[in-house]
Amino acid sequence: MPDALLKVENLETYYGPIVAIRGVSFAVPRGAIVTVLGANGAGKTTILKTVSGVMDPQKGTVTFQGREIQGLDPDKVTRLGLSHVPEGREVFPFLTVQENLRMGAYIREDADGVARDLEMVYEYFPVLRARAEQRAGQLSGGEQQMLSISRALMARPTMMLLDEPSLGLAPKLVKDIFDIVVRINRERDVTVLLVEQNANMALHIADYGYVLEVGRIVMEDTCARLLEKPDIKEFYLGIKDHGVRGTRRWKRKKMWR
Amino acid sequence: MDIILQLVLNGLAVGCIYGLVALGFVLIYKATELVNFAQGDLMMLGAFTCYMFIVWHGFGYWTAVALAVASVALFGALLDAAVLRRVLGQPQFAVVMLTIGLGAVFRSFASITWGSEIYTLPTPFSARATMVGGVSVSHEYVSIIVGTVLLCAVLYVFFTHTRIGVAMQAASQNQLAAYYMGIPVKLMFSLIWAISAGVAAIAGVLLAPVSLIDTNLGFIGLKAFAAAVLGGFGSIPGALVGGLTIGLIELYSGAYLPQGFKDVAAYVVLLLVLAVRPQGMFGAVGRKKV
Repeated sequence: MPDALLKVENLETYYGPIVAIRGVSFAVPRGAIVTVLGANGAGKTTILKTVSGVMDPQKGTVTFQGREIQGLDPDKVTRLGLSHVPEGREVFPFLTVQENLRMGAYIREDADGVARDLEMVYEYFPVLRARAEQRAGQLSGGEQQMLSISRALMARPTMMLLDEPSLGLAPKLVKDIFDIVVRINRERDVTVLLVEQNANMALHIADYGYVLEVGRIVMEDTCARLLEKPDIKEFYLGIKDHGVRGTRRWKRKKMWR
Repeated sequence: MDIILQLVLNGLAVGCIYGLVALGFVLIYKATELVNFAQGDLMMLGAFTCYMFIVWHGFGYWTAVALAVASVALFGALLDAAVLRRVLGQPQFAVVMLTIGLGAVFRSFASITWGSEIYTLPTPFSARATMVGGVSVSHEYVSIIVGTVLLCAVLYVFFTHTRIGVAMQAASQNQLAAYYMGIPVKLMFSLIWAISAGVAAIAGVLLAPVSLIDTNLGFIGLKAFAAAVLGGFGSIPGALVGGLTIGLIELYSGAYLPQGFKDVAAYVVLLLVLAVRPQGMFGAVGRKKV
């Protein structure tokens, strides 16, 4: 992909002596939604943390807008236009919702633009306007997730890294949040790298998908094609094709192992 | 009656000093989860630096105060950047020993640089008093109270109404998220150290005319620590209220209880608080994680 906005090559990251991702390569084209699927412990969050600079890779490169950014501090990466929406929301609990949003725009100097964008996120998530003066710690989990996404949006990023936005939310809310992610992608021209366990949702909104297992990328394709693959259907979407294997499920092996 | 009012005034003034030093403890603790036992010694350095600028270099009082506070604040920031940043995440024991050690180093530095004599800081408020309703109101004590109130107002506005102040709060509440917002967290922590050291220096300058300056001035830090615990470590209003409470208790026990009680009053209160209400008056138990 020559016009990739984000390109990751042969990335290896360790937690002490334990290898979390082993030689991962992928690319995110400008304007796309790309998803990385995988079970618990597959290394999805580690990939995002390495891209945004919280963790430093042992090997490999991360190229964003043609510039190598691996090893930069996370605040510097944010200033380049790459916003990370962390797993588990991570709001500032004792600041009000509005102060949280303004902190999202910390790197910006254009007060008018910040005010306009504040209106914009209130339009995406009206509940945040109603809660503007409340402390963020008092919001429900879903509202905190909305705040976390909005806060990242306030930096006016070129690209957003979304880490499990559906975690712990009611199915209806998950759908709402994913709809907004698609709107943000289309209306604000924000490229999205989405990491998810909810494969069904992720594959339906994303353009391209990678499947991560134990630190390796084992499959990649357009989401439309991934949705048709039997392995994806069985192991990530929980759809069983009866007749072919039926009760003899234990005999099936994942094709890529 | 007059003696009671007199004690209220003096107790509040002393309490303000404890409160300011306790404020420094709390600011640093909230931001970095370090307890800086050298806080009292930073106060001592503030008083000495101010004395030096006035008596050795012949600056006016206000210029000298500004210079002293600025240099101690800068020193605090450098201390964070050069030394304390390296122990973040290490066991609390290491940090406690490190800051106690730093305090000892500061005291030695002071006695080498300024000598171990006892100095008086000449100020525009020295040895002046006004009689108000039968109470002799010493200008030195009034300057402490007024200075504390002004300083607290400035800090309040700074932390709640300026972008950088709110960013410091954000960095204290969730360091990782602050990084994700592009907030330079390390710089914020250094600034918090600068503010804490600056506040300690102001406390030292305010205290100097009433208590004289010597290298052991910093041991007030221990009483201020008691004040911070009393207020509920981690609460800024708690630190100030705790300081005032300890100040008043100390003065009253000095006046009405047998000799010697004055010096232990603060610690008796500390022990009682830890036994009865360990989270302090403005307890913050479990508030950090929401």
